[in-house]
Amino acid sequence: MDIEIRSKIKSRPIRFYDEGISYLKQLEVKGRLIVIEGPDGSGRSTNIEMITSKLEADGHAVVTTGLKRSELIGPGILEAKRNLSLGDKTLALFYAADFADRLEHNIIPALRAGYVVLADRYIYTLMARSAVRGISKTWSHRLFGFAIKPDLAFYIDVKAEDLFHRIFQKYGFLDYYESGGDIGLADNLYTSFILYQNRMAGEFRQIKRKYGIIGINGEGSVSEVNADLQRRINDYLHSQT
Amino acid sequence: MEAKVVSRHSHAKSRGRLIVVEGIDGSGKSTQVHLLDKWLKSLGLRTFFTEWNSSEMVRGIISKGKRKDLLTPTTFSLLHATDFADRYERNIYPLIRAGYFVLADRYIYTAFARDVVRGCAESWVRKVYAFAVKPDVILYFRVPVEIAINRILEGRSKVKYYEAGMDLNLSNDPYESYRIFQGRIMEQYELMNRKDEFVVIDGTMDIEAQQAASRKMIMPLISGVAATTSGRSSNGYRNTQ
Repeated sequence: MDIEIRSKIKSRPIRFYDEGISYLKQLEVKGRLIVIEGPDGSGRSTNIEMITSKLEADGHAVVTTGLKRSELIGPGILEAKRNLSLGDKTLALFYAADFADRLEHNIIPALRAGYVVLADRYIYTLMARSAVRGISKTWSHRLFGFAIKPDLAFYIDVKAEDLFHRIFQKYGFLDYYESGGDIGLADNLYTSFILYQNRMAGEFRQIKRKYGIIGINGEGSVSEVNADLQRRINDYLHSQT
Repeated sequence: MEAKVVSRHSHAKSRGRLIVVEGIDGSGKSTQVHLLDKWLKSLGLRTFFTEWNSSEMVRGIISKGKRKDLLTPTTFSLLHATDFADRYERNIYPLIRAGYFVLADRYIYTAFARDVVRGCAESWVRKVYAFAVKPDVILYFRVPVEIAINRILEGRSKVKYYEAGMDLNLSNDPYESYRIFQGRIMEQYELMNRKDEFVVIDGTMDIEAQQAASRKMIMPLISGVAATTSGRSSNGYRNTQ
């Protein structure tokens, strides 16, 4: 099964948004890049674990990658977020540098080696966060002109009120930045969280259309949401062989 | 609101001035900008001096990346853009708006030159820096590469890895690599000189003559910018020494 599937997947030229990375333009990749987007509490990580197990059982080699994980920059970002005097463009570029590091050191090598790369969030979250903070969408789009176009991208949609309860039940508190605490939307973190998540969802509605991201209803049970994702991923992989 | 293209900032809104010095290492620009700062202060003007790659927050990450040879042309570019954005959002732009003479030892043109030589697409690099206002004057200190290199290497036992452009595999010999690298950066400056309205200062003249030529270019910018009443040199932000 393993050999059968992978031998049928052919190498193809790397596909970038916009200009791309000029010194990598000649590369061929064999693997597939699958992106799972969605707010905290939408079940991204759980689904990624389940998808990984299923794909591995089917004989695919899988690697996962997320935001804030680059060896080079990761810890710096956490430090910088605590320093609230950081400007929005500075933070946007910081995240872009972190993403670029993971793209070149993890994602691209894995794709060249034929892995299925599961990305726990991608440039779309970074674009939405910037847009909510008033940064030009045109600028963000051009900034990420070096990113690879995923083969499949999903956005798990969950209502802000439900996200709040899920996060609160799991952790007992809200993340300041993910609640838009830095923007000053409301006098309390709950209202701020709801307003912020609704704005993010609004940005994602536009981003989904612009970048061809598939919306997934994340309100159902874990197994329902996962079955939906698995079915779409299987259909895609079979259409490729 | 976000500026989408590099544009000469409106003097009605931003009452200060932005003066940029550019040139290859060893062109003498830092000496000249230091003297310009002293001169403007002696005239009772508020000044602020800023130099390339000096944001505390980003510098640690860049030096860590350099130590471990982790930087690619894209991450190198984005980290320097982060450093620039931090200084831009924190100091450069607010101080121009507040009526200061902002003196920048290297500006976006340094990024355009270095990143393009390292292999980034010029159009992409320019888009990344599109939020930066265009300077009122760009003094380009032109010096033949051999002279500049001799100034830098005089009394130094070695050139650093990235400074010498060793990441570009130009030569195994750091000195030879440095020569080729600086030559290529010079080529980029010369190309920009045609389209970015540089004012060329002959960097082979003696220091006093270069300073006189530089002041002549800045003189027209002084009218209309209010001097401090006491003419004191302290600006309350940062000592430029």
